[in-house]
Amino acid sequence: MKLLIIIVCLLASSQLFSSQQVLILATTTSTENSGLLRHIHGDFEKSTDIKIKVIPKGTGASMQLGRDGNADILLVHAPDQEREFILNGYGDKRVEVMHNDFVIIGPSDDPANVKGEKFAAKVLAKIAKEGATFISRGDNSGTHMKEQKLWHLSKMKLISKAKEIITAKGKKEIKFMRPVGGWYRSIGRGMGATIHYATEVQAYTLTDRGTYYAYHHDTKRSKPLVILSEGGSDLFNQYSVIAINPSKHPHVQYSAAKKYVAWITSPRIQKKIALYKKNGKTLFYPDVL
Amino acid sequence: MENFNLAFLNALHLLVSLDSEILQYAWRSVYIALISTTLVIVVTLPMGILIAENNFRFKRAIIIVLNTLMSLPTVLIGLVVYSFIGRMGIFGSFKLLFTIPGIIIGEVILIFPLVLSLVIAALSRDNTQITKTAKALGASQLQTFLILIKESRYAILSSIIAAFGRVIGEVGIATIIGGNAEKYTRTLTTSIVLNINMGYFDYALAIGIVLLTLSLIVNLFMQLLQGSKR
Repeated sequence: MKLLIIIVCLLASSQLFSSQQVLILATTTSTENSGLLRHIHGDFEKSTDIKIKVIPKGTGASMQLGRDGNADILLVHAPDQEREFILNGYGDKRVEVMHNDFVIIGPSDDPANVKGEKFAAKVLAKIAKEGATFISRGDNSGTHMKEQKLWHLSKMKLISKAKEIITAKGKKEIKFMRPVGGWYRSIGRGMGATIHYATEVQAYTLTDRGTYYAYHHDTKRSKPLVILSEGGSDLFNQYSVIAINPSKHPHVQYSAAKKYVAWITSPRIQKKIALYKKNGKTLFYPDVL
Repeated sequence: MENFNLAFLNALHLLVSLDSEILQYAWRSVYIALISTTLVIVVTLPMGILIAENNFRFKRAIIIVLNTLMSLPTVLIGLVVYSFIGRMGIFGSFKLLFTIPGIIIGEVILIFPLVLSLVIAALSRDNTQITKTAKALGASQLQTFLILIKESRYAILSSIIAAFGRVIGEVGIATIIGGNAEKYTRTLTTSIVLNINMGYFDYALAIGIVLLTLSLIVNLFMQLLQGSKR
């Protein structure tokens, strides 16, 4: 134990000497993977002299970092859970920054015959009725949260797998909703890996458009999955920033986080987001511009 | 196997072009492995000698505990260290979470039992002859200690190599403690996982090949070191 403390102190001393202010931003893997943050963050670091450390996790894991006080600000995409997060006092408020949309992709021969159906909840109901294979992220990411909401809207019979954990405020139930049947596979992987899996077994899945384009562009698969449902109002994908509430965690860098919120919602940066393209395709649409 | 061809092409490209991003991850990986291995070996050598040279009541118990700790899953170490150095933890104010020193703490915990039990095994041969001779020739305690280490250097070196390999190929601690932050804590292994999650399997495989190449270089170097002393 003594030894551990000595090592910690030695290693810590090297940290303490760096006076540079570093803002910890926990975000979803999709925003990090899109390259957008890398594209715009240089501007913030230059104009404010605050460095940004981006921690790419799923939305669920990012929020947990926020609850633990290990992140200063979140950029996430699960509005219902975000509201609960703020209701519980962990964040000050959620500020909508940008949006894009989810799409449902599947094999081009479309065994469940869903092509043309705009509403995602109806598409999922059809897939379930046909018993066509559907791959779920199953990792408590924003996309997984969206998928569960869509299953809820589809009015299919769902089972909820719940586990009880004990928190400081008493028992809390973590619930995952899923439809019944062997055609539904929950794989617990990132978005790209999930598209890869779905392509291998020629199954349906829900993905954000940006990751789908990036994956589609990058690999020449013999039977690539195609977009079968898009544009439905229930496929909207909203990204928001939340500064962690300093009254919960006094050490968080609240003023730097506020600067970040003001910066990312400023017309100049919103324009930069709108103009950002990958492989010739627009990935995010600003909300404040 | 189209995958492998592509992966090798990618790996070759990364190596030949000295891709700056990959170089950065590679340097970070090697740095973490070197520092944590050094820290652990410096501590375990004297401890190992103390344990190997003396017979005491709990010796067997210590060895059993060490052997058990060798099967600690890296993600578990990651979580435990997270709860210590995270803001809610007792070392929270040091701001070690999502930093390289933070990762090193986890890796040290990972390889400590491994190296210590290998060192004990290396020094547990019958050394009485050596110790006696050294003492008879008038060697001090410290000199005897150094002679013992010198006599077991090959076994100790292989424990160093094992520890280095364990750390450089480790991903659980690096992800949970390091957070895979680009420009700060992203290493070769966390970047492999990231690319798998993004669906870029070929590229991930290529980074894996880079990692193995790097490990080959380090091991060749160690072999040279060993050979020159033989």
